[in-house]
Amino acid sequence: MRRYYQPEIETAPREKILEIQNEKIVRQVRHVWDNVPYYRDLMMKKGVTPEDIRGVEDIKKLPFLSKADLRDAYPYGLLGTDLKNCVRIQSTSGTTGKRVVAFYTQHDIDLWEDCTARAIVAAGGSEEDVLQVAYGYGLFTGGAGIHGGSHKVGCLTLPMSSGNTERQIQFMMDLGTTILCCTPSYAAYIGESLAEQGYKPEDNKLKAGIFGAEPWTEEMRRDIEQKLGIKAYDIYGLTETSGPGVAYECEEQHGMHINEDHFYAEIIDPDTGEVLPDGEKGELVFTALDKEAFPLLRYRTRDICVLNRTPCSCGRTHVRMSKPMGRSDDMLIIRGVNVFPSQIETVLLNEGYTPNYQIVLDRARNTDTFDVYVEVSADQFSDLMSQIQKMEKSLEAALRTMLGISPKVHLVAPKTITRSEGKAVRVVDKRKLHD
Amino acid sequence: MAITQISLFLMNQPGQLVDAVGAISGAGSNIRAMSISEANDFGILRAIVTDTDKVCEALKEKYLITRTPVVAARMDDRHGALHPILVALNESNINIEYMYAFTGTGPEEAYVVLRVNDAETAEAVLHAAGIGTLSDESLKI
Repeated sequence: MRRYYQPEIETAPREKILEIQNEKIVRQVRHVWDNVPYYRDLMMKKGVTPEDIRGVEDIKKLPFLSKADLRDAYPYGLLGTDLKNCVRIQSTSGTTGKRVVAFYTQHDIDLWEDCTARAIVAAGGSEEDVLQVAYGYGLFTGGAGIHGGSHKVGCLTLPMSSGNTERQIQFMMDLGTTILCCTPSYAAYIGESLAEQGYKPEDNKLKAGIFGAEPWTEEMRRDIEQKLGIKAYDIYGLTETSGPGVAYECEEQHGMHINEDHFYAEIIDPDTGEVLPDGEKGELVFTALDKEAFPLLRYRTRDICVLNRTPCSCGRTHVRMSKPMGRSDDMLIIRGVNVFPSQIETVLLNEGYTPNYQIVLDRARNTDTFDVYVEVSADQFSDLMSQIQKMEKSLEAALRTMLGISPKVHLVAPKTITRSEGKAVRVVDKRKLHD
Repeated sequence: MAITQISLFLMNQPGQLVDAVGAISGAGSNIRAMSISEANDFGILRAIVTDTDKVCEALKEKYLITRTPVVAARMDDRHGALHPILVALNESNINIEYMYAFTGTGPEEAYVVLRVNDAETAEAVLHAAGIGTLSDESLKI
């Protein structure tokens, strides 16, 4: 059985990787300078020209890109090539005002799928495997990314998309799925559903799972591994950089190898922007080294993590990133969907509520629970219970439209939401996702 | 003519009701009738008090409070007395959202409080059927 998808690069000596990166970054900065006026302006403001970038050592001279830049430049401002060269878009979960639309040339799709193929092989995948993709298909990168990698590896690919758990289980059992790919919470849910139907872990043919797109804990990993009788691998990525597969776990299950021939990683101090030495905790920043259509340089992920450059027993030489330990902004990831508290505030104001609310997140049966407590104002209050319940339902619907996921809305009396030092506590996260 | 009911939005938690009733008491008002309906997180306390203005003034800072016109129909405190009231309303196609009852100050005197979709019509229908109703003035005994 093959251990690596592209051994020559995955196990390349460090000097070789550095050489590749140095060569690619020089070319990439020139490509961006020539084709992306938005970023050229940022470089000019910082007094940097392509001549200043002679290798990855010089990346720290380049300006950062953030989500705000993606919004300002939406939709075509960061496009690095003519649209006629692009073959696809993918998009984030579609939260108004924060939507990210990423463009891909065929070359970009190929390198992305190489990345997910490496992740699949690292999880023990080969052409002998039956790989069930239970990530959502469509604009979301999860389904498409894993699907493409699965084809490259030669697995029999089951393009299930997410949901319809009955059908997932039926295909899994009838066709003998060996590798399951979905969000960790959905994997846990499938595990519970299997148990409810009387299946024991040894009844299925599963051997591995590749789970990502939302934060999960070691405890959850053990739970999923036990329920499904598999080894569970983490995978990381974001639409801005291509999708899942930017980094992935090997059999060591100790940090995710970053595909450094395509993505250069830095850890910075989120407040000062200073690059931090290896091993220090900070914000993860990615530079796409060879993407054509959406070539983001120094993109701030807002994920807080640590890089580990110690050699890995799996033989891969690429740096490992820890699971994200938090965020440097207020973004929440709920059931795999990115949610900003400000979006909830916008909906409340649109619907005639006060902005006095509290988001409470917890986990029940390994799935995120999402409750929003909202204070009712005097002019909204009715003596009819049915009226108040209708208000809750209609607010739930408005929030679902904005966020893409459904919270449970609880209307509460004025001044009942916990305030700390006069400021309302907006988010109570009981999920304990980070140690 | 209808009488004025007050409704309070309370959280469904210990201590909420005792505080609210204490506040009404502190405003110097008698509670002639009350009912509570509950949901998971909150409840609505509905009451007929003898001094609505004073109670609303005293409670409005701390509570969500609203006034609603309701019909208080007079009936004898004996079996079968409610039925003709409902028959009369039904014949005029009046919908009842909720109701509760209280006894009057006279012997065998009772009232049913009706929250209907159209209080004015309901009251006219009841009067036509020979059924008496209370007014805010008549409550302040």
